[in-house]
Amino acid sequence: MAASVINTYTDPGMPEWLSAPHSTGTSIMACEFDGGVVIGADSRTTTGAYIANRVTDKLTRITDHIYCCRSGSAADTQAIADIVTYHLNFHKMELSEEPLVQTAAAIFRELCYNYRDSLVAGILVAGWDKKNGGQIYSVPIGGMVQRQAVSIGGSGSTYVYGYVDANFKPNMTKEEAVKFVTNTLSLAILRDGSSGGVVRLGVITEAGVERSVILGDQLPKFYEG
Amino acid sequence: MASVLVPEIPAPGFSFENCQRNAFLAQKGFPAPKATKTGTTIVGIIYADGVILGADTRATENTVVSDKNCQKIHYLAGNMYCCGAGTAADTEMTTQTVASQLELQRLHTGRTVPVETAATLLKRMLFRYQGYIGAALVLGGVDRTGPHIYCIYPHGSVDKLPYATMGSGSLAAMAVFESGWKPNLSEEEGKKLVRDAIAAGIFNDLGSGSNVDLCVIRNTGPAQYLRTYEEANVKGKKQGSYRYPLGTTAVLRQRVIPLEVESVAVHPVQAMEVEPSSSP
Repeated sequence: MAASVINTYTDPGMPEWLSAPHSTGTSIMACEFDGGVVIGADSRTTTGAYIANRVTDKLTRITDHIYCCRSGSAADTQAIADIVTYHLNFHKMELSEEPLVQTAAAIFRELCYNYRDSLVAGILVAGWDKKNGGQIYSVPIGGMVQRQAVSIGGSGSTYVYGYVDANFKPNMTKEEAVKFVTNTLSLAILRDGSSGGVVRLGVITEAGVERSVILGDQLPKFYEG
Repeated sequence: MASVLVPEIPAPGFSFENCQRNAFLAQKGFPAPKATKTGTTIVGIIYADGVILGADTRATENTVVSDKNCQKIHYLAGNMYCCGAGTAADTEMTTQTVASQLELQRLHTGRTVPVETAATLLKRMLFRYQGYIGAALVLGGVDRTGPHIYCIYPHGSVDKLPYATMGSGSLAAMAVFESGWKPNLSEEEGKKLVRDAIAAGIFNDLGSGSNVDLCVIRNTGPAQYLRTYEEANVKGKKQGSYRYPLGTTAVLRQRVIPLEVESVAVHPVQAMEVEPSSSP
């Protein structure tokens, strides 16, 4: 939680988690492939120990070809995504063409950096544009921006860095990339208590976005001890 | 250093200076007065042809029940209502402010305002105040795109769900929904499920109590506000009477002391002289 937020409400009739900010203890991922990007996320939103939403959609549309994966405070990331969507819509109307992914990433960075003391937001910006094809930009908590071929985020990501490093290959096919993202997120969900539910996926190519859901009981199985 | 020619740029956004001051004062032993909080159970579901909202009617100030029959389902517009949990004053003011903005929007466009508009106005207002407006809301309504339920948290995050619960009784109510909700419930099944969810809050959560309020908003026709849909806590009838019949206590002695009027004085009151004010 940000240091500037001081919560003075304490009511015996009210559990602590009700006044605590809502955060997405999360597993999110984005991966470049030949022709576009695959994005994925779990679907759990928590307030303390309570699951406030088990079917959350953390893959948020910015434009037809740019999506973001949200982690951190739900309120903060939703507000940022709304503002960036507004800016890019305006930008698109002025230019009469699809905005670049790096433009979207720059606006995210601008907001995340300027308000770094009051925001808790770790965002992956992913999309496709004419200039550079499929791209992923990671905007972590302090407001930095970095292009990456594959990127993971949220509390669940710490468990799967090794898996990603061991299994990522440049120029995968779409099917390989989808399988890789699904496996990584399944492993993250399995180990991280604050990630769970279903796995939501999105494949962004020149044609636009293709969304899908993998239900909790249809996730790939791994060693369970 | 700030100068007249180059003034210091004020920090953007709201100043939360006083919040820090209040926290400091509270630490030194001067706590801020407590606001009335509605330890609450509020819910909303989507059913076959619209939405149903539900709420209990208990308002509390710490451990005291300050209102046994308060209204927690607030009017937003003809096609949408909003249940409020958290600080009573905040939920009331937030919903009234937004209701006014929605009515102006309806008059301006000449159309039924979409439910998403209300959700956006509410979340923007709550996000701006960074959680200091303690309003946790369940917004429900219908528009040309169908029925909608939104869950809006004090910090300004929004969830769009087919069924939602909020307040201290939300766990009890959610347990009922998770076992009983399915798509395309009939109106009777829907009302029963919402009643059961609120009753679960009333009976299992200390902060919730008294009666069940419902509000049915159908895709067709006006909203139906069912104030006191059910009295969940009917006061028990006393089995015996503790009144004593006249004559139970024997009269042993009786004495009457007449009140004697010694003199009557009448003072005539003179009318007060009123001078007409002289005009310049």
